[in-house]
Amino acid sequence: MHHPGALTLPTALVRADDLAAGYGGAPVLSGVSFALLAGQRIGVLGPNGGGKTTLFRVLLGELAPLAGTLRVPERFGVVPQTERSRLDFPVSALDVALMGSISTLPWWRRPGRAERRAAQGALRAVGLGDLTRATFGDLSGGQRQRVLVARALVQDAPVILLDEPFTGLDAPSAERLEALLVELTAQGRGVMIATHDVDQARGWDRVLCLNRRQIAFGSPVEVLDRPVLEATYGGAIVELPGDHVQGVLPPHHH
Amino acid sequence: MLAVLHTLTDPWADPVGRRALLEVVLLGVTGGALSCWIVFYNLSYSAESLAHALLPGLVIAALTGLPLLLGGAAGLLVAALAVAAASQVPSIGRDTSVAVVITTLFGAGVLLALSPSSPPGLQGLLFGDVLGVSDTDLALAGGLAALVVVALAVLHGRLLAVGFDRLSAPSLGVRPLVVDGALLVLLALALLVAVQGLGNLLVVAVLVAPASAARLVARRMAPMMAASAAVAVVAGAGGLYLSYYAGTAAGASIAAILVGAYLVAGIGRGALARS
Repeated sequence: MHHPGALTLPTALVRADDLAAGYGGAPVLSGVSFALLAGQRIGVLGPNGGGKTTLFRVLLGELAPLAGTLRVPERFGVVPQTERSRLDFPVSALDVALMGSISTLPWWRRPGRAERRAAQGALRAVGLGDLTRATFGDLSGGQRQRVLVARALVQDAPVILLDEPFTGLDAPSAERLEALLVELTAQGRGVMIATHDVDQARGWDRVLCLNRRQIAFGSPVEVLDRPVLEATYGGAIVELPGDHVQGVLPPHHH
Repeated sequence: MLAVLHTLTDPWADPVGRRALLEVVLLGVTGGALSCWIVFYNLSYSAESLAHALLPGLVIAALTGLPLLLGGAAGLLVAALAVAAASQVPSIGRDTSVAVVITTLFGAGVLLALSPSSPPGLQGLLFGDVLGVSDTDLALAGGLAALVVVALAVLHGRLLAVGFDRLSAPSLGVRPLVVDGALLVLLALALLVAVQGLGNLLVVAVLVAPASAARLVARRMAPMMAASAAVAVVAGAGGLYLSYYAGTAAGASIAAILVGAYLVAGIGRGALARS
């Protein structure tokens, strides 16, 4: 029997069903099923080589899934690891934010006044309104990360993927970025964050634990117990003294 | 005062000098602007290889009286096909196959040029003959230069995105391989513009040195390209003055001033950093 109540469920921005992916040989990631709803933050946890990057590449369409079904939005905003970008490259914060407008324009059009205004607005939104002319390589790690978030905002995508965005940030910068993620979801966007920091992910809406296959998906309170963390990080977890479950850390915690 | 003015204008008094000046302006603007991308995309070796590989084409054009530009374009096409074919041979690496093809083509060019039946003029092909450019050469070079400048303007954002972070460029809607290919085509066109003035061996100077100097003074790509083009044009005009008054070879004088500009910018920046 068709249930009319089912129609009022919020639609998923991203939905994966029993997804598998790999690079030609055996799948390096399999059994991935999750849904990202508007306004949600999903922490993607797992060891290096556990499949976080592979999952992002499948979502972006750079890698075709080997099995399963996947529904994705037309565009993703992507915040890559800042150390991948060249610090000696002659670009200002505004230049980098403007790169987000390329996909919104026909190929022969250069960014005009409207695009510049959007880029400046995005930089203001991430708290860098007075540094638009600064050279990207001269900014601090946290500021560079926020410039890349601004670039994703200019892309105006419903879902934003962040790859290890907190790596190397000092505490104030990390708090600033955390607050920014809350703002993004408040605008109805979905956010997926690849991270090593289990404790931080406890504050988010969902966690997706990967170790070459999906270990668990759900709200952090229900999912992040000791067996799941051991399966995710291969049993090599460290327990902090005097603290029972909350203090469980992966061995390569940054 | 009038004597100074005469000193400055004398080299351009006859059409040969004026054509030479126009040629160095064209090669300065294209080579200078493009050199910024060549430096940041690490294409200096490719630029040098392509320049050497088009020698047979230039020699054949010189022998048959065709415009040098056409010969150079044919030479580049042959070189590109030969490199593509050689890199299909599984047992040799890409660097090696490029080196083998380039050396073969360069050698073939020299052989052709030194054969008894060829007219004297190998020197002009190797080191440039900026005082010998014809109106046809100039018109072709002008068209190509305009094409390069327009393409650089249209591609600017994409070149920035790929150079900045190649791996995340696809998520911005930019295909790195297409951008790389377009840049190589522009490099080939700029070589054709500049090779008449600077010759097969010295042309690399204008495709590398201006950006090396400009990146020491500019912080963003567009101003850097403008500074680089200005350095190249000034060095070109300076080289023509030097050649006119000191009797030195024009192409070599331009190349020397280009390298000198880099040294001056480097020393100036070093002095600024210390103070």
